[in-house]
Amino acid sequence: MNDQTIWNLVFVIASFSLYIGIAIWARVQSTKGFYVAGQGVPTVLNGMATGADWMSAASFMGMAGLISVMGYTGSMYLIGWTGGYVLLAMLLAPYLRKFGKFTVPDFVGDRYYSNLARVVAIICAIFVSFTYVCGQMRGVGIVFANLLGWDITLGVVVGIGMVFFYATLGGMKGITYTQVAQYCVLISAFVIPAIGISYEMTGNAIPQIGFGSKVTSGDNAGLYLLEALDKIHTDLGLPEYTAAFVAGKKSKIDVLMITIALMVGTAGLPHVIIRFYTVKTVGAARWSAFWALVFIGMLYTTAPAVGAFARANLLQTTHNKAYKDVPGWFKKWEDSGLIAWVDKNGDGNIQFGKGAAFVGKPKFDGDKTDAAGQRLITNAATEGPNELYVDRDIMVLANPEIAKLPPWVVALVAAGGLAAALSTAAGLLLVISSSVSHDLMKSILKPNMSEKEELVWARVAAGVAVVIAGYFGINPPDYVAALVAFAFGLAASSFFPAIILGIFSKRVNKEGAVAGMITGILFTAGYIIYFKFINTSAGPDKWLFGISPEGIGTVGMILNFVVTLVVSKITPEPPAEVKKQVEMIRYPNSKHGA
Amino acid sequence: MSEAVKQSPGDAPAESKPGEVSENHKKYWQKNIKLVLWLLVVWFLFGCVLSILFVEELNKFSIGGFPLGFWISQQGTILVFIGLIFIYAKSLQKLDKEFGVEDDGSDTMGGHE
Repeated sequence: MNDQTIWNLVFVIASFSLYIGIAIWARVQSTKGFYVAGQGVPTVLNGMATGADWMSAASFMGMAGLISVMGYTGSMYLIGWTGGYVLLAMLLAPYLRKFGKFTVPDFVGDRYYSNLARVVAIICAIFVSFTYVCGQMRGVGIVFANLLGWDITLGVVVGIGMVFFYATLGGMKGITYTQVAQYCVLISAFVIPAIGISYEMTGNAIPQIGFGSKVTSGDNAGLYLLEALDKIHTDLGLPEYTAAFVAGKKSKIDVLMITIALMVGTAGLPHVIIRFYTVKTVGAARWSAFWALVFIGMLYTTAPAVGAFARANLLQTTHNKAYKDVPGWFKKWEDSGLIAWVDKNGDGNIQFGKGAAFVGKPKFDGDKTDAAGQRLITNAATEGPNELYVDRDIMVLANPEIAKLPPWVVALVAAGGLAAALSTAAGLLLVISSSVSHDLMKSILKPNMSEKEELVWARVAAGVAVVIAGYFGINPPDYVAALVAFAFGLAASSFFPAIILGIFSKRVNKEGAVAGMITGILFTAGYIIYFKFINTSAGPDKWLFGISPEGIGTVGMILNFVVTLVVSKITPEPPAEVKKQVEMIRYPNSKHGA
Repeated sequence: MSEAVKQSPGDAPAESKPGEVSENHKKYWQKNIKLVLWLLVVWFLFGCVLSILFVEELNKFSIGGFPLGFWISQQGTILVFIGLIFIYAKSLQKLDKEFGVEDDGSDTMGGHE
């Protein structure tokens, strides 16, 4: 074992032991403890837990990589995934907390006095959460495979065991306090390497300022980092890093629609919403949202800096460099199949440029190697000048190595990636589990069952869900990325309007809400399925108003609002007690059932 | 967003039975809506107008080593969002007190813990 492997093991074992210890300390026996942590979570801690719950493997590993490839266009993730918290804080969280109860289908079912509405909400909650959780399990597998050299399957199984243990033992309470610990691990794992790289490249240790500072060494010394990046991109025939909406980047309308869909989708995601059920008061729910965004903002303002550093680093260390001279990390990631090089002009040097190097993801020809010693791939090479394939998901994991940071930093990043994936997976599993045990079994099918029995259902549902998620983590379907568009699109076009209108209008009734949700879902799902699964070759010229499937949830949401309001207007008003309930949730102090 | 928060016809005073919604509550709710609408205007201004719709124009200026529009969309907006929630939570805390509707935590569901 080399130094790096030992450090990796130490960090992973230490962090896992911490999570297990917390889970044992926080185990619960009541449904209230299991679903909403007894509503006794302190505000700042709930903010941290919400941050860990929210920041998934995608935020931790994927987002900086996406920004690094997309440049300005990557802003849509930053704005979308933080802007949603403003909506949550002002339009949803305090009122849902006042409403009480345990889940999102609880609110939809009660406010619209309809089991049909409840069932629609249950299906959406389960679908959205499942989509998401599969990605997390994959993330766990990738970290284990690349940083500990384990088989992906073994990595996923260990991950499943971990989540299963603390989710079923401690329910929401166990999950909350492990998430607090996981937040601390993941934020230090993200920020510490960023500080190191920022200092190394610009002499400024604060990444948020560093990526607007001057480069201190190399060919571009004296230029501002972003200026240097724009210049390198122009030289390679790529659109400038900081430029918006130029040829080769997404259009303005599409960026706008995707941003709104992500904001609204974020505010409608059940695993985020339920975190606000766990605090003691309405005021605490508002402050929780504030703290959540503070903690999320720490990572989200660092990510674009990491993206820019990673881009500059990658281009400077690989472009026009001889393959035989590339550093060890390059070969290591090549062995994992996440980097590949095809020497089109046979000069032994790596060239980076416009377009993909070859068709699809790399498929290696066994262990065979080519002239310069690079692994031979079987994919058909493209015409373009580009010879290098880099999987964008490795940017964050590889960055510390590329920047030659010490081994313990690399190990910390591994622990951080695991923390991000596990914390989000646990939050999602709780939604799936409560949707089955509470919303489906207790509220609809078996209203008379005891609390003990409900808890058994909750634990069994969590167990089954984690096994299914693990299966998809080991055998990921090709369409995982497409499914993420689904998760946000559906959350935006189904829950968001139903909840907002349920709070801010007393006139909206069950006919309106059900019609609106079904319209929103059918439209959004239909559009995504058509472009992502049926007619996959249809390009942007076929899109409605130039809106990609990722952004169509915004249109679905507007349709939902319109249909709900119109149908409610022409059908009978909701019953008096429902109106009273709406009145009750608007004022923090009015009593339940008053 | 405006459809979402506009008062629907069902909120008209004629519809509610006397005494159901007190003057105090009505005033509290109106103030709350007004504040939230203003905050959402700023939210939209930063989240969509400056960061996306007019980013190219703003990029003609720069702040340190950042093109201005680029900085707003990748840094500034997030800071503004945090500020907005802070103002909201703080103002509502004051409003709750002013109208005597603050949640003292006595109204949690009957639980077991």
